[in-house]
Amino acid sequence: MKKVLAFVLAAALLLGCAAMLSGCAGEEKTTLYVYNWGQYISEGEDDSLDVIAAFEEKYPNIQVKYSTFDSNESMYSKLSSGGITVDVIFPSDYMVARMIQENMLQELNFDNIPNFQGVDSSFKNMDFDPENQYSVPYTWGTVGIIYNSKYVDEADVTGWELLWNEKYQDKILMFDNSRDAFGIAQYLLGIDVNTTDLAQLQACADKLAQQKPVLQAYVMDQVFASMENEEAYIAPYYAGDYLMMADSNPDLKFFFPQDQGFNVFVDAMCIPTCAQEKEAAELFINFLCDPEISGRNMDYLGYSTPISAAKEFMDPELAANEYAYPSEETLKNASSFAYLPEEVSRQMESLFMQVRNG
Amino acid sequence: MRKNNSVLLSTPYIVWMVVFTLIPLGVVGYYALTDPATGEFSLRNLRELGMYLPVLWQSVAYSLVSAFICLLLGYPVAYYIAHTSEVAQKFLYMLVMLPMCMSFLLRTLAWVGLLQDTGLINQLLGLVGIGPLRLIRTPGAVVLGMVYNYLPYMILPLYSTIVKIDGRLIEAAEDLGCNGLQVFSRVVLPLSAPGILSGITMVFVPAVSTFYISQKLGGTDTILIGDVIERQFKQGNNPNLGAALSLVLMLLVFVCTGIMNRFGEGGDSKGGVIV
Repeated sequence: MKKVLAFVLAAALLLGCAAMLSGCAGEEKTTLYVYNWGQYISEGEDDSLDVIAAFEEKYPNIQVKYSTFDSNESMYSKLSSGGITVDVIFPSDYMVARMIQENMLQELNFDNIPNFQGVDSSFKNMDFDPENQYSVPYTWGTVGIIYNSKYVDEADVTGWELLWNEKYQDKILMFDNSRDAFGIAQYLLGIDVNTTDLAQLQACADKLAQQKPVLQAYVMDQVFASMENEEAYIAPYYAGDYLMMADSNPDLKFFFPQDQGFNVFVDAMCIPTCAQEKEAAELFINFLCDPEISGRNMDYLGYSTPISAAKEFMDPELAANEYAYPSEETLKNASSFAYLPEEVSRQMESLFMQVRNG
Repeated sequence: MRKNNSVLLSTPYIVWMVVFTLIPLGVVGYYALTDPATGEFSLRNLRELGMYLPVLWQSVAYSLVSAFICLLLGYPVAYYIAHTSEVAQKFLYMLVMLPMCMSFLLRTLAWVGLLQDTGLINQLLGLVGIGPLRLIRTPGAVVLGMVYNYLPYMILPLYSTIVKIDGRLIEAAEDLGCNGLQVFSRVVLPLSAPGILSGITMVFVPAVSTFYISQKLGGTDTILIGDVIERQFKQGNNPNLGAALSLVLMLLVFVCTGIMNRFGEGGDSKGGVIV
């Protein structure tokens, strides 16, 4: 008798569970995993637009789980080691090319991304994705030197060599990722930034090793705090982030090493092969390409939009800003990073590691 | 029957050990011996290790110095706590444990806020016209960070050894004509040796593999082996070399603990070492 009772109770419990599960399934939310750079989306601070909240409001069935990375290399490292689910990522140009090459990206269904039409034609079919099958541009921008005009003599601000200037010993920061760091050495030495010549890479590594004694630290996102608090006076970084820093410390100035050249990049939105929610991911990408959303998002970010129509929704001062939208003249020697063969990027990483450990 | 029970009871732990310690160790070994590009068996990672030996020695040096300073600071504290009333002992013991309730990362970041050029200490010094002094990004700052974070691991084993020392032995030594210094050096110190060894091990082992402290408080040249390993996984996308480095570090820790245990056995201590 007891056994029968137990059985009935167990059955009732199971039924209850099943009912609960199916009940939940009806209104189950899709979880969309977004993996972006740190400080790279407007999150509603200082009355700016909260982009993710706006997206979730428009698509109440989708819940966004947002996390960040601090360099293309660490994002790549995390994805290639496997075991994680990410639906949308924001790699830069050269990393898009590398991930296409290694079959890490899914082809996008542009029927779900109608706003792609609004992207300026100069940002379509770019070298890193020639047939534009895998990526949609999110922002573009440049790399230059940020310096604090209170402490740094304008006469010293001549070019990349400022980052080697012993006068500012212990007050200079440097990129903590191999590609950007090598890029600076390459511009300074007049070497092609997409070189695959190992002797040239070694020359760059030697140059970077010379710089190490004058550096305060190798940083990525930590640059914001250090520059704003005047713990450091000089740092190479992305122009868009400079605009954000200058808001909190007006003494910070920006310099394009025009003659030596500097990096101009596009950060794109892609869907990796490990994505589970491709359609929701495309909705998200489409949402970020909406001119109004893009405009208000860039208003906060300070990075440049590849969608001209978005400028209407931006602070006109930013839309005309010489750092966010540098002139043709300024950009004449700028160049972008291209895909490097696996062995070359491995070599570059290993050389950078030697510089860091040396 | 009894034996059967004990086997049964220890099964969960054995399963745990196999699944979460032994198998992962095997994976580490596998990665260390395969080529990062092709995935084939190779000694490439082991060959590259030579490059990192200076970093390894630097880590060992920093950790030993920190462990020694912890001992100098921790011994008097542990001795004092062990000789207070029982209520006071409980309270002081809790005080020693208290910092460990807060995140290790947060405590280290707080030191950055104190020590940096624009930090609190330099601001105060600035008010009286000194400085700014270079406090952060020095080897001293890294040692400070290690000592600060790992001091409780020294005090606790020392305290539990000292508190068990039989007071009658000390009285006997005094009766037999030892002065204070002799009582300490010939009775108390030898009896607390197991605590000293266990304290040094417990500070040395986490300190030698730490990575966060040196990144936040050290300069560009104070790189420890933990930083290098972290970088291989995070930026470098070279888990194979990271695994090889971890294996070497593990070996080093085993050797060090082995040496210390050997000292423990040779000494005057009566019990085994609590490690």
